[in-house]
Amino acid sequence: MELSVISDDHVEILLSDLLEKYGYDFTGYSRASLKRRIVRLYSLDRAVSFAEFRYKVNNDSLYFKRFVEQITVNVTEMFRDPVFFKTLRDVVLPKLGTYPFIRIWLAGCSTGEEAYSISIILKELNLLHKSLIYATDLNPIVLEKAAQGMFGMNSMKQYSENYILSGGLKDFSSYYTANYSLAKFDEDLKSKIIFSTHNLVSDYSFNEFQLILCRNVLIYFDRELQQKVLNLFDESLEELGYLALGTKETINFSGISDKYKRLDSEKIWRKIQ
Amino acid sequence: MKKCEAFIIGGSAGSLDVLLKVLPLINVAIKFPIVIVIHRKHGADSLLPELLSTRTKLKVKEVDEKEPLTAGTIYIAPSDYHLLIEQDRSFSLDYSEKINYSRPAIDATFQTAAEVYKDKLACLLLSGSNADGVNGLKSVKLWGGTTLIQDPTTAQVAYMPAHAQANVKIDRVLSIEDIVEFINLLP
Repeated sequence: MELSVISDDHVEILLSDLLEKYGYDFTGYSRASLKRRIVRLYSLDRAVSFAEFRYKVNNDSLYFKRFVEQITVNVTEMFRDPVFFKTLRDVVLPKLGTYPFIRIWLAGCSTGEEAYSISIILKELNLLHKSLIYATDLNPIVLEKAAQGMFGMNSMKQYSENYILSGGLKDFSSYYTANYSLAKFDEDLKSKIIFSTHNLVSDYSFNEFQLILCRNVLIYFDRELQQKVLNLFDESLEELGYLALGTKETINFSGISDKYKRLDSEKIWRKIQ
Repeated sequence: MKKCEAFIIGGSAGSLDVLLKVLPLINVAIKFPIVIVIHRKHGADSLLPELLSTRTKLKVKEVDEKEPLTAGTIYIAPSDYHLLIEQDRSFSLDYSEKINYSRPAIDATFQTAAEVYKDKLACLLLSGSNADGVNGLKSVKLWGGTTLIQDPTTAQVAYMPAHAQANVKIDRVLSIEDIVEFINLLP
């Protein structure tokens, strides 16, 4: 039966291997999702036994990379939750537009769909030239994909609808060139995005930002790690800067919540002290 | 079943009507949480908990991530996330690929709950036109839990419970009246 090939103990063994051998710390991740991802990979790759599976993770560096890519969730969309992006367009970014320079951190950017979405909005607001988007992820493989700026043509209809719902007024297809099954996004959208590895669990603050976005990443962390990462964001956010989380995420339980005021209806908080 | 510590209901097309009939009749003194995973359109978020809370005196709420499951509360899975249950009996959310074209997928909740609650879990699959929930019920059975389906002849869309019946050992096949009685009599 699919769910019993990997036990809870097996999961803990793999996590301590990753930490000891590679320095990747997943011990603060919620286990149910992690275990499902590991079971899925185990059956996808037709592993013969746990011992063999574990050996490959520990001794085959290519397989280790695949393992990290596969056990983390990299599902993302352009302009996902259009109302959220409408708030960025109508409220947050115009406010930041009064600054001489806008620094944005997109933490856990995965394959980059949100980075390009933000870039498109900045461009339309005529702010892209004075902005810099630091798009980070722990996983180098997804960052390579992100840097290519190519997404499946079969998603474009959905993304175009999202874009329009988020307040976009142009023809969405003007931002990319169709190349067989892929849509290649314009180079100038990428010109202000820096893709770089950063591990929220183990890496430190690396700059001060006016806007930090981290959507649907904290849901995979336990409360303790969530608190730690929120502290990291707090250290990295200027006063009057904005912090944006996913639809089901919150800072309410955390020690930083007193310093923040939530914007109506969206999961966006402004640092007021 | 010796003791029920969680009751989970999965449903798709045609299941809302069943819930609207069943929930008003559930005893407010139940000693376990009820979790409801219903396929619905992304964006219609807060409407379902509101709608269902008008039909029962039990507390009805949409799940918050990391929230512990509490007896006597009815939890609704948020739209567009998979709803998982952790070993410490709290909820977590997951935005991975759709399963059976669905997010939330009933399978994901049933399967993670099966490993946590083992023989103290009962899972009920209602009306629907999708194969979701069937693998979940297999896990529930495997871990010693109780598998239930709405009687396909009473379902608006029989496919989902019928598919489960054809593929998993089902402990009880329940009409809408039976569902109420079954839940109210759970120890």
